[in-house]
Amino acid sequence: MIEIHNVHKAFGSLKVIRGVDLEIKKGEVLCLIGASGSGKSTLLQCVNGLEPIQQGEIQVDGISVHAKDTNLNKLRQKLGIVFQQYNAFPHLTALENVALAPRVVKRISKAEARALASKHLKHVGLGDKEDVFPSRLSGGQQQRLAIARALAMEPSYMLFDEVTSALDPELVGEVLDTLRMLKSEGMTMVVVTHDIVFARETGDRIAFFKDGRICEVGEAWQVVNAPREEHTRQFLKRVLA
Amino acid sequence: MFDYTFLWPLVWAEWPQLLAGARVTLEITILSMAVATVAAFPLALARRAGKGLSCQAATIWVEAARNTPCLVQIYMVYFGLGALGLHIGSYFAVLGAITFNNTGYLAEMFRGGLNAVAPQQFNAGRSLGLTAFQTYKNIIFPQVFRIVYFPFVNQITWAMLNSSLGMIIGLRELTGATQMAQSVSFRTFEFFVVAAGLYYAIAKSVQILARVVAWRAFRRA
Ligand SMILES: Nc1ncnc2c1ncn2[C@@H]1O[C@H](COP(=O)(O)OP(=O)(O)O)[C@@H](O)[C@H]1O
Ligand SMILES: [Mg+2]
Repeated sequence: MIEIHNVHKAFGSLKVIRGVDLEIKKGEVLCLIGASGSGKSTLLQCVNGLEPIQQGEIQVDGISVHAKDTNLNKLRQKLGIVFQQYNAFPHLTALENVALAPRVVKRISKAEARALASKHLKHVGLGDKEDVFPSRLSGGQQQRLAIARALAMEPSYMLFDEVTSALDPELVGEVLDTLRMLKSEGMTMVVVTHDIVFARETGDRIAFFKDGRICEVGEAWQVVNAPREEHTRQFLKRVLA
Repeated sequence: MFDYTFLWPLVWAEWPQLLAGARVTLEITILSMAVATVAAFPLALARRAGKGLSCQAATIWVEAARNTPCLVQIYMVYFGLGALGLHIGSYFAVLGAITFNNTGYLAEMFRGGLNAVAPQQFNAGRSLGLTAFQTYKNIIFPQVFRIVYFPFVNQITWAMLNSSLGMIIGLRELTGATQMAQSVSFRTFEFFVVAAGLYYAIAKSVQILARVVAWRAFRRA
């Protein structure tokens, strides 16, 4: 379980997260929606300790992310994260991209790492791209490569930050299909997205983020079809228009 | 009108001297590049920090090395240190000055290479559980290496050609040795044609070797 308690986060004098409480249960898919600049990416970065926080606490399976004695490198193995920019490692083949972290961080043998990477590439539909360099992959393929790379660390949670926003429209579907597949396998996921239809259909719950706070959180269909908050209603009206 | 007769046998008689000079040239090139490569890294990192005393010191080094003639740098080391009471031979003066010069160029090269790697690559590595060191080693540096590789090879050629300035303070590197060897017969032209051929052969060998290594190391789809 990921527990976020009263988290505050600022960049200098700019307050970006202003008191967020949220729980993500095992097996759940939580979609985060909200306007650009409302702090969604920052919250994900805080959850896996890439960003420090000023107040509050985030726990992952009972381990406090920002406690001084927490081994973040170890904790991050529980949390896969995929960004809007695919961030493939351009000097490595697809297979090496996926095999790198298991080999370096978990210190499994090269052969085992390659076998593991091969399995995960197949899983996201890139079984025939093992020896291809990222520059030769489409955006959608690179994003699926990034997903395979995160999955190869066998995380308990996957965090997705607008993973389709940089893609050409015709490539969005293949990445969303991969996310749906992960849900069907029971993966716990936090998905930041602007795709309200996807959020409603794939998310168990939706949290609507506004100005660094959670304005409304509830079951996915409820937040989209019958929002309680006026702000949510206005936001949905804007993005669905 | 054009009745110069080439007298090659005079050159071949001095061939061992020329080879000995070429050897010194190679030594200075390799040593100065090796030391400069190690020295340039902290300089590049200090410059990247953008502020602080070490950044200022690194900037002065880089600016001085790249914006004054290499010959002046050799004079500064040889005569300048001499004036301060520190006498070093012409070999170490040239080695020191060329190293100083290389370091300035390489530091900027490395800084440019580091800047050219997408900043998100670092977070991508960290988020997979790699330590900062593992991220640099496995993700950042291999990319920097590819970016700076051919400029680096150019710098090797530069270092070698610059070392010829050592002649002026009496070093018998290839140019100095050639100068000495021709002073008996004054067949200056023949001697320097051969010296030029040797420089060219060394430079081309380095470049061809570098291409072979690159071809094997940077397989690209
Ligand atoms: N590293 C940073 N330094 C300073 N400001 C930042 C940084 N990252 C994000 N911000 C600011 O924080 C705010 C929230 O950004 P972000 O979390 O990216 O929002 P979202 O993902 O919801 O679009 C924005 O105003 C953004 O400019
Ligand atoms: Mg964002």
